[in-house]
Amino acid sequence: MRPFTYERAASPAAAIAAVTATPGAKFIAGGTNLLDLMKFEIETPTHLVDVRSLPLATIEDTEEGGLRIGALVTNTDLASHPRVKRDYGVLSRAIVAGATGQLRNKASVGGNLLQRNRCPYFYNTAVPCNKREPGSGCSAIGGVSRSLAVIGTSELCIAQNPGDMAVALRVLDARIEAMNAAGKTRTIPIAEFFRLPDFTPAVEFALRPGELITAVTLPPPIGGSHHYHKVRDRASYAFAIVSVAAVLHEDGTGRVAFGGVAPRPWRVERAEAELPQGSEAVVAAAFDGAKPTQDNAFKIPLAERALALVIAEGRG
Amino acid sequence: MQFTTPAGRNPIDQLKVVGKPVTRVDGPLKVTGNARYAYERHEVVPNQAYGWILGATIAKGRIIQIDTAAAEAEPGVLKVLTTLDRDPVPPGFRATVHLFGGAEIQHYHQAIALVVAESFEQARAAAHLIAVEYETAHGRFDLAAEASGAKPIADRDSPDSPIVDRVGDFDAAFAEAPVTLDESYATPDQSHAMMEPHATIAAWADGTLTVWTSAQMIGWHREDLAHMLGLDKEDIRVESPFIGGGFGSKLLLRVDALLAALGSKATGRPVKVALQRPLIINNGTRRAGTMQRIRLGATRDGRLTAISHHSLNGNLPGGFAEAAVAPTRLLYGTPNRDLALKLAILDLPEGNDMRAPGEASGLMALEIAMDEMAEKLGLDPVEFRIRNDTQVDPAKPERPFSERHLIECLRTGAERFGWSRRNPSPGAVRDGKWLVGLGMAAAYRGNLVTPSKARIRLERDGRLTVETDMTDIGTGSYTILAQTAAEMMGCPLGSVKLALGDSAYPASSGSGGQWGANNSTAGLYAACVKLREAVAARLGFNAEDAAFADGMVTSGNRSVPLAEAAKDGPLTGEDGIEYGDLDKRYAQGTFAAHFVEVGVDSFTREVRVRRMLAVCDAGRVLNPITARSQVIGGMTMGVGAALMEGLAVDRRFGYFVNNDLGGYEVPVHADIPHQEVIFLDYPDDKSSPMKAKGIGELGLCGVGAAVANAVYNATGIRVRDYPVTVDKHLAEAPQRA
Repeated sequence: MRPFTYERAASPAAAIAAVTATPGAKFIAGGTNLLDLMKFEIETPTHLVDVRSLPLATIEDTEEGGLRIGALVTNTDLASHPRVKRDYGVLSRAIVAGATGQLRNKASVGGNLLQRNRCPYFYNTAVPCNKREPGSGCSAIGGVSRSLAVIGTSELCIAQNPGDMAVALRVLDARIEAMNAAGKTRTIPIAEFFRLPDFTPAVEFALRPGELITAVTLPPPIGGSHHYHKVRDRASYAFAIVSVAAVLHEDGTGRVAFGGVAPRPWRVERAEAELPQGSEAVVAAAFDGAKPTQDNAFKIPLAERALALVIAEGRG
Repeated sequence: MQFTTPAGRNPIDQLKVVGKPVTRVDGPLKVTGNARYAYERHEVVPNQAYGWILGATIAKGRIIQIDTAAAEAEPGVLKVLTTLDRDPVPPGFRATVHLFGGAEIQHYHQAIALVVAESFEQARAAAHLIAVEYETAHGRFDLAAEASGAKPIADRDSPDSPIVDRVGDFDAAFAEAPVTLDESYATPDQSHAMMEPHATIAAWADGTLTVWTSAQMIGWHREDLAHMLGLDKEDIRVESPFIGGGFGSKLLLRVDALLAALGSKATGRPVKVALQRPLIINNGTRRAGTMQRIRLGATRDGRLTAISHHSLNGNLPGGFAEAAVAPTRLLYGTPNRDLALKLAILDLPEGNDMRAPGEASGLMALEIAMDEMAEKLGLDPVEFRIRNDTQVDPAKPERPFSERHLIECLRTGAERFGWSRRNPSPGAVRDGKWLVGLGMAAAYRGNLVTPSKARIRLERDGRLTVETDMTDIGTGSYTILAQTAAEMMGCPLGSVKLALGDSAYPASSGSGGQWGANNSTAGLYAACVKLREAVAARLGFNAEDAAFADGMVTSGNRSVPLAEAAKDGPLTGEDGIEYGDLDKRYAQGTFAAHFVEVGVDSFTREVRVRRMLAVCDAGRVLNPITARSQVIGGMTMGVGAALMEGLAVDRRFGYFVNNDLGGYEVPVHADIPHQEVIFLDYPDDKSSPMKAKGIGELGLCGVGAAVANAVYNATGIRVRDYPVTVDKHLAEAPQRA
């Protein structure tokens, strides 16, 4: 870990101003990912602006009947919020499927969206990685890749987005509010928030320099039965091999997104239109164009099975 | 004390304290945070500096140069030592690699530098600034690819067994057998994944060295340090009173202790060093992955007539073989056998001891093979094993087992687990979305006897102090030693004070190979006999007639408080146990039957263990609480081995990529269901005066296969390549159930 300076911001505007003014500065909230990355010197911020005392930790109803979730709401508080449990069950289930109680108590909604990938080569600073050092190469291609992405990858990177919460947010069409140095807030649909690697795998999020996530909004509830099934090698405290977030309606329609398979929560609207035809049709369309490795090709049939399980649960 | 003939009746047989379910005497220290582990011993010496180890980032080759200037210029840095500063230290006992020194790199994350600084953070940050130039050589990292060059090799822990161990005529018997099986199995490289890292604080004073470390074997660590540093072992003191798990990783001296000592010497400061988790995996030792082939021949009524077990693993040049065929020598009776180990050269971190070395890996294969054969024969797997029990060493029929009650383990387990309700047709039982299966395996692990010494002192106030360098690696050594002393001296448990894990005390067996409990308590038994003699002499009793009970020494109608014997000064008994040839004349082993119920998700093939039972025949159980803890810990490790644990090697760079506890998954609480343990009560009078045997490794042996067999019973899909993960399952069963 390299030496860094630290301050606690008094307002969102002050936090953004501090990060903008200092080259190499970063926001820190729960720190559950950033601090690990700093210890490995994968992240080397010169200055940390602690946003935890900002007034962004509330959950409010929106005028349209949705929810506005402050960026500093902890994962634990979000998962246990009565309206989330009642109207957005997929989100509650996804969150409690992730990490551990201790980590969920520290992790914030904004920070969780920004957690970085878990590719093992990203974590070894002695080997090439285009996310860490653009242009150095991708060690995962041709390496140990069982956990990595099968679709949405590029020739420069096959890392997967490891999140659970984000997969549910993708199904719910969440929107991310971000404030910039001019004090303006813009709203980013979650479908556009996570960038595919293409030619710039080091750029992972649609945030611009200095932008601070202030809230996540959910549209009004869409009803249906809510499901999150996470397949992993042990029963808890493991990243998804494949996860499925779904909202299913009685007429057989619904929404579905997959986790653990792509650099972003993987939802293909034209694929979910196939839901009434069953899991095989959905997965065939959702994973059209997939480029799995020999190690992780099983994720596609596994995704189909996990979706079939969810559909079976939905039928009760 | 020489133990050369079977034990007769002795004071331990009273079982007033020994054998009782006593909770850990060190428990309060542990739950209040007052049991200090090596890295936390801030109080033992002032002014401690911090060391950070830099590991090589190539797996094979040599170092051209190391530039430490930038690191040395960092604030707080006291010294940077590099491997180029000195000649290679000689390899330690039972080890192949040299831990430090010289330009040659034998494996990834080999220690190449130590930064010593005022703070941990300064040392770590400075280490990142060290620039190393390498010359990379071609390395061998793929066991399957190196298999053709593998050579037969002896089992280092069974030097009397021939390299190619043939009894009878296997080939003819196998050819003639009406029912045969010929299958291959694979086990992966595994990490010990103990909770406490390797860690040491070292300090020098007047040419003598003290290390506060985490060691299973005080004596081995001390001798290795002496050897590597060119010191007399009398000038080294090793202290390791509390150890946060070892599983074999801490049997042998690791580089933390060596570099703490060198760093302290170079800076004139006490230095503390821990191995970072990635270095535990890539710098430490591993349980070597194996490729095994098993052939069984049987009569139609289920008598094994031929058994062949070949195992291949890889290790560094000069390394040893994982003795996966070891259990096959003694578990089943068969007139014709063919056992062999082969070793290939791999330039990976050294393969060495991990909990139940040999047996754990071998039984993962053998006990699946037995399940497969039982099915071919149309026999119940429990009954098949019963039919092939042996009461003698199959290779030396004149050598009986000292005690062997495997059949009772099997029958008791079947009864208690409800085995008769198992549907022998695989894939036939459903519970909602779950496919439910039952599986079982037999288990064998040797009972090793080895000398152990102790000292016990009767203090003026009647309390007892036990001193021995025996270690407690979480197993309960403190507790069973206290029970032994209390039983022998007729005192309450609370009057026994334990001082363990210090080279200043008499040399014990140490902890490993499940030999710690029986041998260390037997050594203390011997010391207690000496103290009883001294007490009797002081009080004017005949030692033979004196009874020690309730704090009194009694002979005939005369009864004197024990404390009376020490009123003029403490009395000491010091002795050890040494063994004759009872382990040669008798095969001494421990036996178990493991039963497992699993649920397998019919959609995703995720496996969840639902129930587990172990029935153990392991001599006298000294303490049913600590013994049970050992067994359920082993069962938990067996679930890990069956379902999730495996080091993934990158065959280009030559290192294990899942080198932290996020990537190397071990079971969490949610993976472990109800576990039940039953101990059969068969004291073994050939084992020691304690009549106890090992237990800590028996709990692991066979568990992996029992889980795998249960998965097969649930699904009809046989996965022979551990761990049994979703992807392997799907490869075998593309269709959904």
